[in-house]
Amino acid sequence: MTPENTILIAICLPLVGMLGIIIAGRFSANLRETVTLITALCLVYVVWSLLPELMAGGRPAVEVTQLLPGISIAFRVEPLGMLFSALASGLWIVNSIYSIGYMRGNKEKHQTRFYACFALALSATMGVAFAGNLFTLFLFYEILTLSTYPLVSHKGDANTVRSARVYLGVLLATSIGLFLPAIIWTYVIAGTGDFVLGGILPGKLQDPEVGLLLGLFVFGIGKAAVMPVHRWLPAAMVAPTPVSALLHAVAVVKAGVFSITKIITYIFGIEFLFDSSSSGWMFYIAAFTILAASIVALRQTNLKRMLAYSTIGQLSYVVMAAAILKPLAEVGAAIHMVAHAFGKITLFFAAGAIYVASKKTELYQLRGIGKRMPWTMTAFTIGALSMIGVPPTAGFVSKWYILAGAFQAQNTAALFTIIGSTALNAAYFLPIIYMAWFAKEESGGKDHGEAPFPAVLALTITAMLTLAFFIFNGPVIELESQVVQGLAP
Amino acid sequence: MKLLELLGYYNYWVFAIALVIGLYAVISKTNLIKKLIGLSIFQSAVFLMYITMDKVEGGTAPIIKAGVEDQIYSNPLPQVLILTAIVVGVSTLALGLAIVVRVNERYGTIEESEILESD
Amino acid sequence: MDLIAHLPALQVIVPMLSAPIIVLLQPRGLAWAGATLAAVVSFAISIALAVAVLGGETQTYSMGGWAAPFGIALSVGGLSALVLLVVTGAAAIALLAARPSIDQQIELERQPMFYSAWLLGLAGLAGIVVSADAFNIFVFMEISSLASYVLIAGGPDRRALLAVFKYLIMGTIGATFYLIGVGLIYMMTGTLNLADMESRIGEVAQTRPVLVAAGFITIGLALKAAVFPLHVWLPNAYTQAPHMITVFLAACATKVSIYVLIRFDYMVFQPTMAEHDNQFALFLMPLALLGILVASAVAMFEGNIKRLLGTSSVAQIGYIMLGASFISLAGVEASVMHIFNHALAKGGLFLAVACIAFRYSDLRIQELGGVAKTMPFSCAALVLCGLSLIGVPGTAGFISKWLLITASLQSGPWGWVFVAVILVSSLMAVVYIWRIVESLYFGGSTNRDSVISEAPLQLLVITWIAALANLYFGFFPELPLALADNAADVLMGYGK
Repeated sequence: MTPENTILIAICLPLVGMLGIIIAGRFSANLRETVTLITALCLVYVVWSLLPELMAGGRPAVEVTQLLPGISIAFRVEPLGMLFSALASGLWIVNSIYSIGYMRGNKEKHQTRFYACFALALSATMGVAFAGNLFTLFLFYEILTLSTYPLVSHKGDANTVRSARVYLGVLLATSIGLFLPAIIWTYVIAGTGDFVLGGILPGKLQDPEVGLLLGLFVFGIGKAAVMPVHRWLPAAMVAPTPVSALLHAVAVVKAGVFSITKIITYIFGIEFLFDSSSSGWMFYIAAFTILAASIVALRQTNLKRMLAYSTIGQLSYVVMAAAILKPLAEVGAAIHMVAHAFGKITLFFAAGAIYVASKKTELYQLRGIGKRMPWTMTAFTIGALSMIGVPPTAGFVSKWYILAGAFQAQNTAALFTIIGSTALNAAYFLPIIYMAWFAKEESGGKDHGEAPFPAVLALTITAMLTLAFFIFNGPVIELESQVVQGLAP
Repeated sequence: MKLLELLGYYNYWVFAIALVIGLYAVISKTNLIKKLIGLSIFQSAVFLMYITMDKVEGGTAPIIKAGVEDQIYSNPLPQVLILTAIVVGVSTLALGLAIVVRVNERYGTIEESEILESD
Repeated sequence: MDLIAHLPALQVIVPMLSAPIIVLLQPRGLAWAGATLAAVVSFAISIALAVAVLGGETQTYSMGGWAAPFGIALSVGGLSALVLLVVTGAAAIALLAARPSIDQQIELERQPMFYSAWLLGLAGLAGIVVSADAFNIFVFMEISSLASYVLIAGGPDRRALLAVFKYLIMGTIGATFYLIGVGLIYMMTGTLNLADMESRIGEVAQTRPVLVAAGFITIGLALKAAVFPLHVWLPNAYTQAPHMITVFLAACATKVSIYVLIRFDYMVFQPTMAEHDNQFALFLMPLALLGILVASAVAMFEGNIKRLLGTSSVAQIGYIMLGASFISLAGVEASVMHIFNHALAKGGLFLAVACIAFRYSDLRIQELGGVAKTMPFSCAALVLCGLSLIGVPGTAGFISKWLLITASLQSGPWGWVFVAVILVSSLMAVVYIWRIVESLYFGGSTNRDSVISEAPLQLLVITWIAALANLYFGFFPELPLALADNAADVLMGYGK
């Protein structure tokens, strides 16, 4: 199995799994879930088998077909994409385990469609991660949008359909209205859209236009949820919780920030952007989003909506880190993608587990729930601490790197943004933790225990990962440092 | 002089005026049959234009006879063309009338306004 | 080898001579089989022609062996080959799928006549494309128009009659305008052969009759092609026609008029008349832009699914005209590609609609709530073709949209305005397609019994072939692209 084939297998495997799921779904639910899990395991094996090659500095690439002269579907694995794909595929296993518990516990309908679309979304995620040029990235970006629409609108009632319309509307409108022209503009001026370290635009674009193109990219990639194109993310919370967890904490939103980071490093080039005066606004818009989203999160009363706004803020951490345009900050951006993924998926798993066990969705209902669901709430606490950035959790590591990058750039605004948002994060997470563990439960509530075993197992695993990443983060940092090798600090 | 020059093109004036009369009838009449009559006038005007341009002064029918030389002939091609166009025009008119018959069967009227009301 | 040389003539003759034979095939199903066979043979001929054109030379043919300026010439180049593929392909696909739907909508004893008219329409459209003679184009145009009036009037609703009457009036006026233009040019040049016309018109290019002729021809053809604002006949005609006829006409009828418009203008007027390219661009570009925006906006509020798609066609014609009005290699290429890709998308959409209409006769969008539960495959095909119409990457529609935006960006200082118009209308396409999708999948009457009652297999399989073709040509557009390249080269005068 050459690395080139491995790439194609990684993209096709979930598709094969999807067919298997559809066929197996006609016979038995157990068989279908087995297929899902086997596919997820195989995908992890395939994706992670690329890792040694990457660590050794290899960049396997493959071109599938050429559509128009100069525009082809091509894949090229580099550290950022490797990290993203390894993360998404790995968490798919955990999420599948969780889904089994959640979907059965809730007796959801159309489960075959659910698992099939999930597999399709994973295939698209692999495509986004491995894309070798802008066109391929865009292709899989759109497939990801469309394949997650049935997942968001899963329930099918009027409210869900309306929210799903917002979801699809914002994502398609930004991608077709802004992202696509940005891509075509890039192809027209650079003659290519290949991801090349150091960028393909330096020397081909003058100053005010640099900022304009960057704006088309940043707002066109609606999945990154930079304000004001963040509306879809809270709307998507009508989806079943496993969807919110994997897609809206890991695959979809990470595809957004991943795309922005990748475009900054491989299309613009970090140094080129740093020297362009018209690109500075991106940093401020990200900083604004961090603070604004945290303040909005503070005012939410619904748990999943609060988590959604927290996600918007955390995503902009990645965008802001990338916008600092210094090597350590870029590494921080990559690490924060991982750290946030572990933490946020844990939080969503916990929210879903609470819903399955007790049908509770509002924050005020969580009083004293820690005694009934100790495992779930322990995991929730770890996840929340990681969001705030308290050691020994994953969130601390990435914040460390972003701060280091901010010092490199002597960017005091970044320092204050991080300090301010940390305080805000603490302000909305700590009361919940306090309430859950120490407040007295209101009488007359439903008598319930823990969520189904697969769900608890899944959230325990991700909570452990959140803790483990604090210590075992060496390989990730080593891998991502390759991206910024040779750049001036 | 100017006037004579303009009058000299009288055949083209006939074409232009008939064309516009036809078009006017198509647009302004609400009776479907009258619309078709207008369309027919409109098309006939174009036939006139074709016929009139093939005429060569002093020309005659292009039939070559033994012994006759130096004869000027009119251009036969437009006549052939317009024969085809007349066939096309007649078919269109026939089809249009057939549709009007059907309209009358289904709606009981051939006034456009009444038809629109009844739907 | 010899046969290949006769292909341009056979392209017209096969369907035309089959038509009277079909009338005689009274026994049930035979007429359909005969018509389908003739259409499939025509499609095979057009594929052979496309291969021959890609092999190098333009295919020319002199009827009866009379040499070009005097005899009647046929010629097939890159542009014609592509349009022929669209026309015959649409006919073959629609006829292959047609039987269940036509059985439902047309009485059995009228069917032989109906299929015969269909073949005449095909012969007329193919004839327009292969002709290299201005008057022959008129005759074939009228043959195809008369046939399509008959076909549309076959619709079961009485409103079809009124729609067709309007179409007949407008179509005849358009064709007659074209005839006036051709007459004026003949008056000045004494020729009807397009190539000959091009070489002779230069001497008289600045005379008034030629200018007037250019105006008449452009307006007349724009009327036939339903260029905004001359499109009013189109949505009604498409809505009221029998469903399979809508598939056929939507895929190719207006495209052929656009083909004549582009060919006449690029081949005859632009190389010879100074400033004509500017006049052409300045006349058509605003109409194209307005058409794109207004028709897309109207489509967002249409209630009937066929009317909605018909209105969207007007916007799509705007895209084609916009590309043509750039007067650049990239623009013409985009325009020609969109002729092909829009035929794929819209043909597929109307096929899917025909599937749905087989079970649900009321095609108003709010009446189609929850249909996806009983017809999952038809609705999935509709979504796929809808995505292609929107221009989502990976579908055929994306290729032409990409080319069109690239051409816009290269077209000069106004490029960004064109890009904005294209993108805004794409977003409007998202809205109107998604209105249909939401109704089909989540619509009101969710208490429909979810017993699957799909369209007949014949209809469904063909619909899916069309839908998958949208994907195939989204990933492998080499064939239409090569033909479009060839067409653009010839039209812009590089290929000679």
